[in-house]
Amino acid sequence: MAAAAARSPSRAPPRASASAAPVPSRASVRVASAPSGARRAAVAAAGMQPARAVAAEAVDNGAAVAVAGAPRPDAMGRFGRFGGKYVPETLMHALAELEAAFHALARDDQFQKELDGILKDYVGRESPLYFAERLTEHYKRADGTGPLIYLKREDLNHTGAHKINNAVAQALLAKRLGKRRIIAETGAGQHGVATATVCARFGLQCIIYMGAQDMERQALNVFRMRLLGAEVRAVHSGTATLKDATSEAIRDWVTNVETTHYILGSVAGPHPYPMMVREFHKVIGQETRRQAMDKWGGKPDVLVACVGGGSNAMGLFHEFVDDQDVRLIGVEAAGHGVDTDKHAATLTKGEVGVLHGSMSYLLQDDDGQVIEPHSISAGLDYPGVGPEHSFLKDIGRAEYDSVTDQEALDAFKRVSRLEGIIPALETSHALAYLEKLCPTLPDGVRVVVNCSGRGDKDVHTASKYLDV
Amino acid sequence: MDNCDAATGKRTVTETFSGLREQGKTAFIPFITAGDPDLATTSKALKILDSCGSDVIEVGVPYSDPLADGPVIQASATRALKNGTTLDSVIEMLKQVTPELSCPIVLFTYCNPILKRGVGNFMVTIRQAGVHGLVVPDLPLEETALLRSEAIMHNIELVLLTTPTTPTDRMKEIATASEGFLYLVSAVGVTGARSNVNLRVEHLLQEIKKVTDKPVAVGFGVSTPEHVKQIASWGADGVIIGSAIVRQLCEAATPEEGLKRLEEYTKRIKDAMT
Repeated sequence: MAAAAARSPSRAPPRASASAAPVPSRASVRVASAPSGARRAAVAAAGMQPARAVAAEAVDNGAAVAVAGAPRPDAMGRFGRFGGKYVPETLMHALAELEAAFHALARDDQFQKELDGILKDYVGRESPLYFAERLTEHYKRADGTGPLIYLKREDLNHTGAHKINNAVAQALLAKRLGKRRIIAETGAGQHGVATATVCARFGLQCIIYMGAQDMERQALNVFRMRLLGAEVRAVHSGTATLKDATSEAIRDWVTNVETTHYILGSVAGPHPYPMMVREFHKVIGQETRRQAMDKWGGKPDVLVACVGGGSNAMGLFHEFVDDQDVRLIGVEAAGHGVDTDKHAATLTKGEVGVLHGSMSYLLQDDDGQVIEPHSISAGLDYPGVGPEHSFLKDIGRAEYDSVTDQEALDAFKRVSRLEGIIPALETSHALAYLEKLCPTLPDGVRVVVNCSGRGDKDVHTASKYLDV
Repeated sequence: MDNCDAATGKRTVTETFSGLREQGKTAFIPFITAGDPDLATTSKALKILDSCGSDVIEVGVPYSDPLADGPVIQASATRALKNGTTLDSVIEMLKQVTPELSCPIVLFTYCNPILKRGVGNFMVTIRQAGVHGLVVPDLPLEETALLRSEAIMHNIELVLLTTPTTPTDRMKEIATASEGFLYLVSAVGVTGARSNVNLRVEHLLQEIKKVTDKPVAVGFGVSTPEHVKQIASWGADGVIIGSAIVRQLCEAATPEEGLKRLEEYTKRIKDAMT
């Protein structure tokens, strides 16, 4: 009942939005104390359902069972039919060793204490849950109603994105495994910078694989990685983007597995990576729950995050997957449009296949060859997606939609001007989705967008397209 | 020819190895990428390899993301795809040429093209093209269940790989499940020529021979007559040469010159084995 009440959309309109007063807190007081009918809440909840919810209702019950009943992933590293370990035999022992180490450390208080300390004092957690007052105002309808927009400020983390959560934890893990050579792939360069950063911090050797095309569009991050002491290796094969950088990192790992730990940067790849990376990012959702409770005494109603491989989205979603009253929305990159051949909307347009060690949705042709994706955002320019997202899509627990390059650029500018926050182009996809989402939401619905990264790295790219 | 496959009148991979073992010989298994530089050349190359004394031939289906391959085979696959090679065109080429070959063909392909076609459908298709065996480098034991049952149903021998990082117990399971032969990856790494054969291979062969009497073929990084001699002397039942063969074809100025280089190279290797 409490959850239903928290969803009630019409009881907490932040009318005094222009004032400097802590609007969200005031709203939370109202929600907590407002004696509102359950019927109104139910109507509001129905109004929030996505268009296909009625058709999916039968599935929804099954989904609830599937989500609540079984471990994710199972012992074989499967999320339903997705996931698994599709890798050369050479890596199988290392994956087993990694999984064992992960489970051991999850129960190791000393490790957890060390990790928590670094997350607090070095990364700067917790990250704020920020009420985006002018963005909220922007989406108000003529009658003054509309949803409330909050940003989970992962962009305020050290190195400017959520990626460091995972990088720090895996670096500690590598140390425990006795592996002092670290490799990683990177697209936008955020994961590369995060990995280079933690390698500097822990005194580990660091090699970053990056597509040659991405090195050009993310030149600033290339410099940052080199400044931090990492070796950045250009990958020229394929389209010279994230897919090819990942393949090359895996080849390096196959070759140097006995001395090297691979800090995979997304919830993709072979088991245990999708699980492990999710676990290292789930702090995003856990903090969000606590902060929401502090601010308005309830849960968020809708969570929105961009999805390339899907790490920031899983990090936010995971805590709420079992809360059936919280809508989960992943936003993919539609590039020039999902009906063109230049997009990266894997869950929207892909078919089930195997890439980089796991079974998931995949952009592929009729022959099972992987199709080169396109997105203006290097971090979303990937033909695969994390297997748990494929699972959440199939069981109807999460919704996935997409926005184009242009819509993302518009949001990049809009949020810069309305909130004084320059979001990453990846994050701009999630923010752009508010244009579609907000008009469909009842008054007072609380939307949390994962502000997964800062956009300083993207100003060079954006300046080619935006007239400011 | 009582030791032969009913459908094609040709020896299976297993039968080929038992025949060689009776004669005390080591199998020579070359690898080429289908469609590099073009399928017509691949077809001619298969006939040359066959007539120069190959015992089994591995044919690589080009793939967009060949994780287990080093630069030579990656580039070869990229060229083959660029010139329009597809699984269908590879199958068509094999259908034409396999009746003219005396040795069995093992197809080397990554997992996704098999799944895309449907595992059962894929097995039927390659069987009809005269293929006897299958190697899938990104499919470890745990993920092989479906493929194995379909392969058995369609008389395709699914060859599994074991590596220097594979623990002994696991190696035993792989040896038990592997058909045709057991593929011992000689080095920790991707495909591609290396100056020396990993000395661990001798010990690994001994370990494997303790737990299985299935034939063992050694591949990855094998390129010279000296390598081949060394591996044969350690008791391997076969040697697999990939990147070095692919280079004979792709480094030549013309397909004709490539085929000539291929023939000379193959004869050199075969001489070292007798």
